Amino acid sequence: MFRLSIVTPEKVFFEADIQSLIVPGIEGYLGVLSNHAPLITALEPGKIEFRDANGQTNYLAVTSGFLEVSGNVATLLADAVEETEEIDLARAEVSRDRAWEMLKAAGTGDRSIDVKRARASLRRAQNRIRIFKTTH
Amino acid sequence: MATLRDVEKRIRTVKSTRRITKAMEMVAAAKLRRSQAAVEQAKPYAQKLDEMLSHLAVGSTAEIAHPYFEERPVKKRTLVVIVSDRGLCGSFNSNLLRKTDKWLKEHQDTDIEMVVVGKRANDYYKTRFDNIVEYYGDWGGAIDYGRARGLVTYLTNRFVTGETDEIDLAFTRFVSLVRYNIEIEKYLPVPRPEASGQESSSVSDYIFEPSSEEIYGQLMPSYANTKMITALLESFASEHGSRMMAMGNATRNAGDMVDSLTLEYNKARQAQITKELLEVVSGAEALAG
Repeated sequence: MFRLSIVTPEKVFFEADIQSLIVPGIEGYLGVLSNHAPLITALEPGKIEFRDANGQTNYLAVTSGFLEVSGNVATLLADAVEETEEIDLARAEVSRDRAWEMLKAAGTGDRSIDVKRARASLRRAQNRIRIFKTTH
Repeated sequence: MATLRDVEKRIRTVKSTRRITKAMEMVAAAKLRRSQAAVEQAKPYAQKLDEMLSHLAVGSTAEIAHPYFEERPVKKRTLVVIVSDRGLCGSFNSNLLRKTDKWLKEHQDTDIEMVVVGKRANDYYKTRFDNIVEYYGDWGGAIDYGRARGLVTYLTNRFVTGETDEIDLAFTRFVSLVRYNIEIEKYLPVPRPEASGQESSSVSDYIFEPSSEEIYGQLMPSYANTKMITALLESFASEHGSRMMAMGNATRNAGDMVDSLTLEYNKARQAQITKELLEVVSGAEALAG
């Protein structure tokens, strides 16, 4: 058992002892168990999976953020997290399509488009859709 | 001596003003509660981010290279003035503007440009200061994360591209209901994080994924964003707090005024009755005589 706290700019989203944690690290998914070596990593849009004290598995969608593990405390700073029940599939699909359109327009020479932003938005939307599909 | 009708009219006016200030006080109190909660809830994130930064500084041996840390000789400064959009909040805005006026005088040796947040600052400085480069108004007394991000992007771009060498934030920090601190704080460049001594031995064996440099690359924008959001949240909370106090005072003063006007009204009424009585009595006497 170790402590996990998930903190977003708006509030402390979650704080409790858990058994295991899997997060989307920037170089691939990584698992954390108790007594993990000190670690700091950046996160990608993806799925957070953790087993709480009762052995129940929980899923969350995360947009991006950082994870620090030190001395049996895992701190996850996330830009935004969502419980999978909260994911609005229709909205995610709309924003995915919009991002696609923007990238297409950028491909045909529209310079007014922020490609980096559109790509990030596309990845976030795809992530939401993927998580929704795996948990419903 | 005011006539009865005049006094009566004034009492009615003052009473209706009191109703308005009372309502404004209650609205401000509700908004204050909300924005105070927002300030409190944003704190853990800011704290953890600070901690992570200092752990990074300890753990990485290489000199940290990130554009936000770059200290240049200061030839040009940007002052970000954060005040409210609306008035009727006591000395909230004027206190801050007095401070920034002083700051501007003290830093005359460099070029200064200004970014104003809040309508009141724009109203004040558009005639007094000729280098306002950007204006963010109409927040409606609450934070809009998207716009805050836009402001941060604007400022960081200006700094990174060398348009300005130092950015300072002037805002009101919410200490307690009766204490607000006006602060002019350096925003960029960010002071290099230093490892606090006691921790350095325990955290020096951190694993960084991918590398500490790349984590900095991702962390610094969040840091800049968080700092701005904190400043805005504190300022909004202070604004609502000041307005609540100011409107509370106004309501009390209106109450006092109603009391003294009522006294005046009663005196006038009494004087009139006395006069009429006197007339009746002397009239009767004249008849009897």
